[in-house]
Amino acid sequence: MINAIGRDIPDYIEGFGQVKHYRGAFATLPGGNAYGPPIRASRPGAVKVCSGLEELFKLLGLKSGMTFSFHHHLRNGDEVVNQVLAVAAKLGLKDIGVSLTAAFATHAPMIGHINNGVVTSLRTSGVYGPLAVAISGGLLPGPVVLHTHGGRPRAMAGGEHRVDVAFVAAPAADERGNVSGVSGPSACGSLGYAFSDADYASVVVAVTDNLVPFPLAPASIPQNKVDFVVTVDSLGDPQGIVSGTTKVTKDPVGLKIADTAAKAILASGLLKDGFSFQTGAGGASLAAAHYVGRMMREGRIRGGFALGGITGYMVDMLEEGLFKNLYDVQSFDLESVRSLGRNPSHLEVSADLYANPFNPGCLVNDLDVVILGATEIDVGFNVNVVTGSDGVLMGAAGGHPDTAAGAKMTVIVTTLLRSRLPIVVDRVIAATTPGETVDVLVTEYGLAVNPERPELRERFIKAGLEVKDIHELKALAQSIAGVPERIPQGERIVALVEYRDGTIIDVVREAAE
Amino acid sequence: MKSVLKAAQAGTLESNDVMIIVEPGENGINLDLESIVKKQYGAAIAATIADAAKALGVTDVNVKAIDRGALPYAIRARMVTALERAGIGPERGA
Repeated sequence: MINAIGRDIPDYIEGFGQVKHYRGAFATLPGGNAYGPPIRASRPGAVKVCSGLEELFKLLGLKSGMTFSFHHHLRNGDEVVNQVLAVAAKLGLKDIGVSLTAAFATHAPMIGHINNGVVTSLRTSGVYGPLAVAISGGLLPGPVVLHTHGGRPRAMAGGEHRVDVAFVAAPAADERGNVSGVSGPSACGSLGYAFSDADYASVVVAVTDNLVPFPLAPASIPQNKVDFVVTVDSLGDPQGIVSGTTKVTKDPVGLKIADTAAKAILASGLLKDGFSFQTGAGGASLAAAHYVGRMMREGRIRGGFALGGITGYMVDMLEEGLFKNLYDVQSFDLESVRSLGRNPSHLEVSADLYANPFNPGCLVNDLDVVILGATEIDVGFNVNVVTGSDGVLMGAAGGHPDTAAGAKMTVIVTTLLRSRLPIVVDRVIAATTPGETVDVLVTEYGLAVNPERPELRERFIKAGLEVKDIHELKALAQSIAGVPERIPQGERIVALVEYRDGTIIDVVREAAE
Repeated sequence: MKSVLKAAQAGTLESNDVMIIVEPGENGINLDLESIVKKQYGAAIAATIADAAKALGVTDVNVKAIDRGALPYAIRARMVTALERAGIGPERGA
């Protein structure tokens, strides 16, 4: 069937099943009641601590066909997924479903587990590194399902995505199962993506390399959600977990884009007391935050909250009083980890509170402005963030579609070309965020406004910004770089792009040789 | 018709640049191309390099190009410089 953004998606997909087609950003609604995990009981004196993963597998009788869930707050430093899957392989388990909020280069050993039939399906918000290349080449028996950060808790609450065992990477835990991310050798800050796992999995296991005396308080995930605590030597490599200081770009092109984005925010009329904001950790996004901060200072504007993946830059803005609160679902750098443990107004939030469209109040709906990146954007303002221009998986949907749907103004910042390749194209390879939720595209050659937002266009023109038609930007990119040859794609579907409401918005086909 | 007298190179391996090495050759313009955008622009890069050589009157040369996403004008400029360094002058006479 041709869906609401013009994509021809099969009604049935081998290795996945019946497809619910995308019908529009807010067209599909939930029904029924939330799913609940089994009810468990505990007696006084019951021991939760288990001295290794293998022991836990035997104790619980974990078996083939189960689904294990993980979260990616340890990013490219994570070893928990590898350790758990290595034990599953050693014990001869097969057909394991993996639910991992994002997969990085560190997770390359999963390729071997998939080849051996230990792992046969994957749900994730995005894949990077060798695993991404292998999946693009058809590694998995069925397609990988790419979800959004809000879509995952929605699928868990709806009972569509059921988890047998949640493995929560716990930088600190006590023997009763209280878990925190702000201390320990593998400190990663917020554990926001794991909250839904703790709410909905049949068994919740905290995996820790840092068992601290009871009671660990405040706890991110409290002991009434956690069944077992497994001690391991190490959760991973701290170097890969948090970056040092995330810095504002010095690249003049990036700065020009950031400056234009900030001017567009000012011209939009949204920058006033109570202003709420989200931006990524990328160079240009962070630079835009820098310019926005300057305008807030000059205009004596006190913002409401900043949301999302949090960087030290946002912490500085909080401590300076530019924002009243930070809502943190993932802490990107050391400074944000420290701040989460220290600032009472820096709050850890679940992915459900952050972005689930099927609850009565996700925070993305309260955003005034979000600044986001793109690997491609098309003339219909549809954005790809899950593949490169060559169709190979290389990024994550993350909160991109969620924040774009929620924010009053969604700004995409990107250079017009990247390594000669035009970023503004006729049709993106994998639509991740639908054009109806994207308002403005900012490039170094000027900005384009979604035709559905004529009032914004008027404001930008009045403010003297260089407003262009998106077709003009596309033509300009092609005139500079030349028209790229089309990359041939295979027939087989290797990835499904699931919109936040659970419908399929697009598919990614096998990368042809 | 002019000949390349010696091996020479121009350009770098930085993003958005191309490194071009030219050597004396026979039987036309022989290109060995490595590019991060070969799938999308391989033929276009080959044409840009061949045109730049022909514009200087060079018909026989071996070219090795390592491309990091250079735009056409950068590729042309690197090719012209490599040829000049190899003893081909624009109008200065080789």
